[in-house]
Amino acid sequence: MSDTAQLLVDDLHVRFRTPQKLVHAVRGVSFTVGREKVGIVGESGSGKSTVGRAILKLTPANGTVSAARMRFQDIDLAAASETAMLKVRGRRISMIMQDPRHALDPVMRVGEQIGEALDGRGLSRAERRERVLGMLEAVHIRAPKRVYDLYPHEVSGGMGQRVMIAMMLAPEPDLLIADEPTSALDVTVRMQVLAILDELVSTRGLGLMFISHDLNLVASFCDRVLIMYAGRIVEECRAAALGEAQHPYTRGLLASLPRIGERRARLEVLKRDPAWLEA
Amino acid sequence: MIAVQELRVRFGQGAGSVQAVDGVSFDVAEGETFGLVGESGCGKSTILRALCGLNPAWTGAVAIAGAPLARPPGRAFFRRVQMVFQDPYASLHPRHTVNTTLMEPLAIHGMDDRDRRVAEVLLQVGLGPAFRYRYPHQLSGGQRQRLAIARALILEPRVLLLDEPTSALDVSVQAEILNLLSDIRAARGLTCLLVSHDLAVIAHLCDRLAVMQHGRIVEQLDVGMLAGGRTNTAYGTSLLQASLGYDRRLARAGIEEGPI
Repeated sequence: MSDTAQLLVDDLHVRFRTPQKLVHAVRGVSFTVGREKVGIVGESGSGKSTVGRAILKLTPANGTVSAARMRFQDIDLAAASETAMLKVRGRRISMIMQDPRHALDPVMRVGEQIGEALDGRGLSRAERRERVLGMLEAVHIRAPKRVYDLYPHEVSGGMGQRVMIAMMLAPEPDLLIADEPTSALDVTVRMQVLAILDELVSTRGLGLMFISHDLNLVASFCDRVLIMYAGRIVEECRAAALGEAQHPYTRGLLASLPRIGERRARLEVLKRDPAWLEA
Repeated sequence: MIAVQELRVRFGQGAGSVQAVDGVSFDVAEGETFGLVGESGCGKSTILRALCGLNPAWTGAVAIAGAPLARPPGRAFFRRVQMVFQDPYASLHPRHTVNTTLMEPLAIHGMDDRDRRVAEVLLQVGLGPAFRYRYPHQLSGGQRQRLAIARALILEPRVLLLDEPTSALDVSVQAEILNLLSDIRAARGLTCLLVSHDLAVIAHLCDRLAVMQHGRIVEQLDVGMLAGGRTNTAYGTSLLQASLGYDRRLARAGIEEGPI
């Protein structure tokens, strides 16, 4: 899979200046993403979202990003200027955020918002509308014409997330970075949204970087998993083989999960080893 | 210990009103842990808020520890029933130290030996004496939730109402809090009512559970049945399957949108 690597990240570091100290949030992360589903799992503060943002150069102003190499297809992301990034963001690499309620413009109809992603392509109004309706169908919205004219507050969380996926896919990017795309959704709705992502990845040959704190979900959904701890990737494995993970942090996380159908009097509590910070 | 009969809660009036809880009945025996599980908006938290007096607009019959629930519940009620909330960042007073937070309920209820009680409850929830004069912002999420549990326990209640007590926490911290809750429950013989959207948490902590949808209980089952996949309703089954992880075949089948 990595022989057709779309995204290559080599020795990525992100540092944040705060009034108190310099925070080294991402410390030498290297990975590739091909036309596959790659999960990045970690607890809060592990740096997983920071990695996603650094790829699109959306790191806040107090942060500095450095990497030995950071390439996407033919584009050198590490060296790309802000102007060059405008042609990458949304068009080649899209990002799906956690909560559609915060990421959608509340005073703009859903269809027009999706249409904005198609600006600058010389499409007529009618063509643009057709494309948007097609996108809404692609995310399995049954009544696209009706949903087109709704405002974000009129759609449910799951529908909002479908709208966001439609918006992100409208410009036909090659890589999708999804940062906790289903964490704000109910479990049954989550499955529907994942099924849509799954289908789009396989039919359109997209690469998907799936950032999540949910180990179980990533193991069942993705092809490969990267486990982050304190700004580093401590382990990488095939998702199906996560149960055989070697790193004590991964094993500890798995053991601390309550599971249906496997009742234990006590859950194992993760004992953090300072050595993991360097391993 | 807890008996709920035909509980109904309606928000708003007239055409725009919502029947959030629509005739819910269940019983929780002494020492038992009962779970309410369901997706957002199913009414599970609304039930909990009605039971602890935070929402007086309910109808039906509720009895806790043999006494019917009054409106407002009164001081004696809170000696018996305490609540732990979801978000330990919102449920603690930011300008009260751990000590002040724990002393306040003791003062309200005129309990003696306050110093000793505070020290003991801190030890019991795994916060040492070093934490006693800290403020909430000096505590991690897990430590805050321990404090929230300590605040509930300090009045030595017999019933604990838990509203998503671990959903704001990382999994490793969640494991610590779930262990703490099982230990305390065993040590004090508490009766617990646990609300969660996470079936795995419910399966871990509860003896029996009720699956809720649209303000109603669609089925009640014991944890053994849940573990064996023996759910009795289509909704219960889909909730269980969705909680077990992603399954391409099942997910594809359920891809069609729900109500907007």
